[in-house]
Amino acid sequence: MQLLWLVPALPFAGAVTLLLFGSSMRHKTVAMIGVGVVAASAALSLAIAAIFLAAPPPGGAYEQYLWLWIDVGRFRPAFALYLDALSLAMTVVVTFVATLIHLYSVEFMAGEEGYSRFFGYMNLFVASMVTLLLANNLLLLFDGWEGVGLCSYLLIGFWYKDPANGTAAQKAFIVTRVGDTAFTVGLFVLFEHLGTLHIQDLMRFAQEQWTVGSGVAVAAAALLLGGAVGKSAQLPLQTWLPDAMAGPTPTSALIHAATMVTAGVYLIARMHVLFTLAPQVQFAVAVIGTVTLLMAGFSALTQTDIKRVLAYSTISQIGYMFLALGVGAWGAAIFHFMTHAFFKALLFLAAGIVIEALHHEHNIFRMGGLYRELPIAFWAFLAGGCALAGLPFITAGFFSKDLIVWSAGASTLGGRAFWVASLFGVLLTSLYIFRLIFLVFFGDVRTPVSRRPGWAMAVPVVVLAVLSIIGGYDEKWFLGFLGHALPPLSQLPAGAIAETVTSAFAAGALLLGIFAAWYVYMRKPALAEAFAANPVGGALHRLWFSDWGMDWLYDRVFVRPVEWLTYAVRNDIIDTVFDWITALAAFTSRALSVTENGKLRWYAAGIAAGTVIFVAIALFI
Amino acid sequence: MAPARDGLVLAALLFSFGLAGLLVRRNVLFILMSIEVMLNAAGLAFIAAGEHWGQPDGQVAFLFILAMAAAEVSVGLALVLHLYHRYKSVDVDAASRMKG
Amino acid sequence: MSLTFDIAGAIAVAATVVSLTRVNAVHALLYLIVSLLAIAVVFFTLGAPFVAALEAIVYAGAIMVLFVFVVMLLNLGREAVREERNLLEPSMWVGPSVLAAILIAELLYLELTGAAGGGPSQMISPRRVGIALYGPYLLGVEMASMLLLGGLVAAYHLGWRKPARAGVR
Repeated sequence: MQLLWLVPALPFAGAVTLLLFGSSMRHKTVAMIGVGVVAASAALSLAIAAIFLAAPPPGGAYEQYLWLWIDVGRFRPAFALYLDALSLAMTVVVTFVATLIHLYSVEFMAGEEGYSRFFGYMNLFVASMVTLLLANNLLLLFDGWEGVGLCSYLLIGFWYKDPANGTAAQKAFIVTRVGDTAFTVGLFVLFEHLGTLHIQDLMRFAQEQWTVGSGVAVAAAALLLGGAVGKSAQLPLQTWLPDAMAGPTPTSALIHAATMVTAGVYLIARMHVLFTLAPQVQFAVAVIGTVTLLMAGFSALTQTDIKRVLAYSTISQIGYMFLALGVGAWGAAIFHFMTHAFFKALLFLAAGIVIEALHHEHNIFRMGGLYRELPIAFWAFLAGGCALAGLPFITAGFFSKDLIVWSAGASTLGGRAFWVASLFGVLLTSLYIFRLIFLVFFGDVRTPVSRRPGWAMAVPVVVLAVLSIIGGYDEKWFLGFLGHALPPLSQLPAGAIAETVTSAFAAGALLLGIFAAWYVYMRKPALAEAFAANPVGGALHRLWFSDWGMDWLYDRVFVRPVEWLTYAVRNDIIDTVFDWITALAAFTSRALSVTENGKLRWYAAGIAAGTVIFVAIALFI
Repeated sequence: MAPARDGLVLAALLFSFGLAGLLVRRNVLFILMSIEVMLNAAGLAFIAAGEHWGQPDGQVAFLFILAMAAAEVSVGLALVLHLYHRYKSVDVDAASRMKG
Repeated sequence: MSLTFDIAGAIAVAATVVSLTRVNAVHALLYLIVSLLAIAVVFFTLGAPFVAALEAIVYAGAIMVLFVFVVMLLNLGREAVREERNLLEPSMWVGPSVLAAILIAELLYLELTGAAGGGPSQMISPRRVGIALYGPYLLGVEMASMLLLGGLVAAYHLGWRKPARAGVR
């Protein structure tokens, strides 16, 4: 347990080594360091988990104090790690999935220039994410928060020679920055009122000093929610995630599917006391989650780039997690995070196999018939897709997603509307993912396969596929384990829809979706085209394709005014004031130089006039 | 005796006319003449003041003014001769080039 | 006595005005001499016979004569008179007249609103002036003589020109 600090330190050391010296190492060495440190970190976290389960520390949490970071008055944040059920669960999942993805990247990024740079950034990312999860005070958490944001920027714009990638990276960074600013202001509010940023102390003080629904609690919670919304790509800050697919596929898998985007979920779960104290904000969390999951679901239906479909799917699934948090089903949200990490990473890695095999082809309408050519990718996609949709009993996603849908209906903070909306989301999910599967893997082969995956890419995919299937069977145990750190769901006493009924409805929605996808895209493809050609349908299609016009909206509301403003003041208006001063001086000089004409009588007149004036002053004033 | 005040009034009038003449005329000789008029007026003021107080100091001052005027006129007229020989005119504006 | 003062004063003012508005330098000088002589009479009426005499002898007799000599030396002929007429426009009198008028107004204001006169006027004899000169004002006398010496040297030096070429020395 004492070696807890190695879990973030090992990847950090790996990052430093690779970034400083990696360009002079052979690729084999780079791969060994890059994968090795993360694997070691994962193994270590598994070992710590074993110890934690066998002999839980007192109070259910273990705190490791490393050193005092800042010492200013009463502001004394430390570098200290806090391990409880929540952070342990997430750390294990993050490091384990990261190891698999790093292994995959060894083959995926082979032959790319900047190989060592890639692994350096990925290691740095893992280090930052683990710091974020294990931090015991909000400032250190924010440190990790910023670190993952930085790595996201670096990795999205990894192929920096193409300016479009740089633009996408900037967009991601700026949009999350908006959220980060809200987060920072929230930190100020919390420190101002409670005097500390240590998470456990914070929650204790908040419970003692603040009443439920008080203004300051609502303010702090809302600001933290702002930060979470930015990082987790929820409404209204979700516009960066689809464009972030410009980065390499392993990046998309690790950062934008399994880990970074769940940082917001972790934050809200960690600060659950604060959110319980501000029910309005908690309700807002649920609403945001629901609206986002529906919006993203519709958008995913119309996308043509395989990675963008998966990006919108991520936004939608995190919406489920937010919904769970909003209705008070803390454990369910984390459970869904775990299963989602497995199957989303799986889907992205499988998509990477497809993209590589078809020589960097991203458009699903140019793919087809790959179930014979790329069996690994096909079965992986099938497993992941079913898990995503929530195929009953045989996939992990079923357990986690149905739990959320049921909680939405059964919680005291939930309601019928949430239940119905999340069920509709299930329909959308199965519709868009099976649309993807049918278009990519069935039908005629439109682009020939040029490269098959090797073992480094196949093994992680297989492992994740297995986990996507069996990962849900530990639901009861997992929720019980999390109960040490998170409060249980508060249920409606009566009139709640039973879990079995929920599962039945969900299964029905799922099958309806599969059937609809098969019918439209396999049987009668003309139907889809007719929909798009129809004026109403076409407008809807365009609306959903452009993410409900949010990019257009932000461009009109924010970007254009700022550009106009910079254009309007381009002549540096402050400078014109100084220009006036010089103009005045020049004018005065010219005016006065007229009197310097060498004419004696003018000078005499000057003296006389001066005398007259002074006599007048002496006389009359 | 005439009151001293009248003497001062006369001095003021003469001084102002001299000043006007100084500012208007461009012939350097006339300018010098105007200066003489002004000096005279100042001396008249001194005399009037001396009479007012019954002291000889006013006349002493006039004597000094006289000496100064004499010196000034001799030097000034010598310069006028030089001006005439240089610029071939007695217009004072001719010497206004202001170059080293 | 007051009448003498008034007449002499009027002559002085009139002669000065006329003098300064002539185009011929010699005419102006003659009028100026008349004005100076009238001022001498004014001095006499103000109880200063010594300076009256000095005014007539030195000012009108020496300084004005010097002016006349220089005018003769410059040999300004008829062209000069014509040029002078061109240079003297009525519009040029406006500004200086305004300035002079303001000055007169101020000075008159000063003098006419001042304190009332002192004791009765009296003549100050040359004897008293002499005693004052060689008594308290001895240093001034010496300095005046230095000044005259300086003027003499300067005038001599400036007036001398090299025979070979004319021009500024």
